[in-house]
Amino acid sequence: MIENIMTAKKLPVGSSGQHTSGWLGMLALIATEAALFAYLLFSYFYLATQAQTTWLPTASPSLKLALPNTFILITSSFILYWGERSIRKGKRSQLLLAIGLTLALGIVFMAIQVQEWYSKPFSMTDSAYGSMYFTITGFHMLHVLGGVIILAVVFLWTALGNFNAERHAPIAISAIYWHFVDIVWLVVFSTFYLYPYLR
Amino acid sequence: MIDTKLYRSPLIAQASDPEIQERLQKIWETTPGLKGWLTTVDHKIIGIRYLITAFAFLLLGGVESLVMRVQLAHANQHVLTPDQYNQLFTMHGITMIFLYALPVLSGFSNYIWPLLLGSRDMAFPRLNALSYWIFLFSGLFIYTSFIVGDGPNSGWFNYVPYASLSYNPGQGIDFYALGMILLGISTTVGSINFIVTLFHTRAPGMSINRVPILVWGTLTASVGNLLAVPAVSLAFLMLWMDRQFGTHFFDATGGGSALLWQHLFWMFGHPWVYAIVLPAMGIISDGLPVFCRRPLVGYTLVALSTVSTMFLGFGVWVHHMFATGMPALSLSFFSAASFVIAIPSAVAVFAWIATIWTGQPVFKTPFLFFSSFVLLFVIGGVSGFMTAAVPLDLQLTDTYFIVAHLHYVLLGINVFPVIGGIYYWFPKMTGRLMNERLGRWNFWIMFIGFNLAFFPMHITGLLGMPRRVYTYPSNYGWDTLNFASSIGAFLFAIGVLLFLINVFRSLGNGEKAGHNPWDASTLEWSTSSPPPPYNFTVIPTLASRHPLWEDRLDDLGSGRSILDQGFLLDQGRETLGTTALDSEPDVILKMPGDSYTPFVLALLLTILCYCALMHWWWQGLISIVGLFICLLIWLWPQVALAQSVKNFDSESLS
Repeated sequence: MIENIMTAKKLPVGSSGQHTSGWLGMLALIATEAALFAYLLFSYFYLATQAQTTWLPTASPSLKLALPNTFILITSSFILYWGERSIRKGKRSQLLLAIGLTLALGIVFMAIQVQEWYSKPFSMTDSAYGSMYFTITGFHMLHVLGGVIILAVVFLWTALGNFNAERHAPIAISAIYWHFVDIVWLVVFSTFYLYPYLR
Repeated sequence: MIDTKLYRSPLIAQASDPEIQERLQKIWETTPGLKGWLTTVDHKIIGIRYLITAFAFLLLGGVESLVMRVQLAHANQHVLTPDQYNQLFTMHGITMIFLYALPVLSGFSNYIWPLLLGSRDMAFPRLNALSYWIFLFSGLFIYTSFIVGDGPNSGWFNYVPYASLSYNPGQGIDFYALGMILLGISTTVGSINFIVTLFHTRAPGMSINRVPILVWGTLTASVGNLLAVPAVSLAFLMLWMDRQFGTHFFDATGGGSALLWQHLFWMFGHPWVYAIVLPAMGIISDGLPVFCRRPLVGYTLVALSTVSTMFLGFGVWVHHMFATGMPALSLSFFSAASFVIAIPSAVAVFAWIATIWTGQPVFKTPFLFFSSFVLLFVIGGVSGFMTAAVPLDLQLTDTYFIVAHLHYVLLGINVFPVIGGIYYWFPKMTGRLMNERLGRWNFWIMFIGFNLAFFPMHITGLLGMPRRVYTYPSNYGWDTLNFASSIGAFLFAIGVLLFLINVFRSLGNGEKAGHNPWDASTLEWSTSSPPPPYNFTVIPTLASRHPLWEDRLDDLGSGRSILDQGFLLDQGRETLGTTALDSEPDVILKMPGDSYTPFVLALLLTILCYCALMHWWWQGLISIVGLFICLLIWLWPQVALAQSVKNFDSESLS
């Protein structure tokens, strides 16, 4: 055992891919954020099951904006994944293109989501349902906004020539965060838009 | 000199080389003066800050409790008004549970972890500084309300509708809500730091089954916090929104539910109880065996019981809510789960007893604290087991019996190990031993005072005295018991005072300690007291759980740990990254230097909380922009840390 350790092999120095502390730190952050959304959804379902009157303000929420918007967000994740694979091969311009596209789709998602909020016939203060809807989608929106800012920053860092095939930990770290935000949306979307149709 | 190579074979060096030590000292030491004070990321300095700050809060909370004990010493007293009493018991709970109990353990773990793990710092040194500053500021934030006379007054678990706007229009609850969200950030980043540190920076050879139990305890607590803290941060955010923006989460007339608060609070609250005791139990599991002159009995079982306690701890929150009128079926389930938790606790208790029984106890002050802990834990555990039974709980809930139980648990399993832990590690932190004679007085006065204060409360509770009443009539048979409790509380306070006197006296003229005054077995005792800023001249290599006892324990196999030679990492601040389970060398981690960003970030977050409290939205937005800039500076890729490959030629790397 000790002999193995003492034989000096070449070790990567500094922030190398998934060897970084930052990568593990992001996984831990995602765990706690996932817990946050779990508690939000617990609150939603708890209030829904305990409701004394009608829970849903409208019989079936419209999917007209929300469904296409879901596809937009999912697409962005695939594009970012492609970009991350490109930088592993050292293709920086492909990464820039991918981050740029992901950013654009993220912003479109946010714009459509704001439109969706305006189209709702209830507000945050009307009922507990309204409070839950705007809080949970609002929390998600804040996470998308955070992701967009992060992507804009790593776009800048990439453009400035900080990363290559060997050193691009911030790309991997921000990409996994973006994927997480997308998966959370699937759960939020299912809760608010699909679940009412199952009843 | 900046090291621009992306791969390197670390040199092997001798630990005793003074030239290397001098070089490392220059690389790692904190600049003296105000700059160093605000920018340091040294885990040892941060750990001691945590300990001192948490103790300051302990003293504050202690003074609050003494005032309450004066009020309760006799029937029909009017030292305090009902409102003052409400604020006092609320602030006492908040202070002890949130601002003392976990931070003090974080202090120990911050100080000791890298030393136990054979590393040079925590995985995220700046995050470590950030979590300390936020903790300090959130404490001050909550206390500003108390100082202006409008403190939170609904008890530390802050039930709605007491805490909702219509019944509680003052700002105290808002201070509490925002302060808890702020503190939650500190706890969360601290927990992330512990988790990554464990899985990434253990010395080579320190596989997961060789880490000390304190590490298991803090790891388990950190994972628990990571999953539990969001519940309470969310609950407080919802409460704040209900109060300030008219949402209806906890408002039954708008379709919300007051019980939702209780669910969210205790989903957090019960795992939190384990978060503030498991690391303290780890202190016992590591410290007690040293004074029994043998390794802990049943290491694996104790480690597993630590983890399973937390696991079960996520499924028992409803036992705080037995009296809320929930269906009998769910009560039975949660009651059963609460009984089951006694099993891992009992495993640990028997392991400690067996360690004492089969060892040769040395009756030094730390041993007194550690062994008395076992007794107090059993008493607190049994009263907890009693209240896990639904019918009994219905009788005892909200009486002084619960107060007795929770103080036996929190003082017994937290304060006693902590004071014992200070006696134990004080020589490592300062280079001097604490006074043994004063230590014995300190222990016995605290122990007697504690039991005199809290044991009678079991009986007061069985006699039906409700908690959180500011006074009581004299003909219920509660008078003598309450008087005894008050005497005990003051006796306990005298014990704490003796402890402080001992600390201050020993700092100046305690006996010099040397590397290993207790002849202990773990890595922290292999380095000097106090340790140099870089902890270890070379990264040690481990072959057992007890690197310093290998020549006297014969059942450890053939391997021997190597402490006097190993990897020399001296191209700037560096430590070794290892694989998660087997702890094999994986990467040379570049560590950041001292930085203002953690302090500024914490300050801006606190300002943001004040802005939110006062509804100063524009000022709030400015602090958010400030936060963003601060984070950008913090995270900007640096060539010196090999985060960036800017301006260097990739062809020349191979």
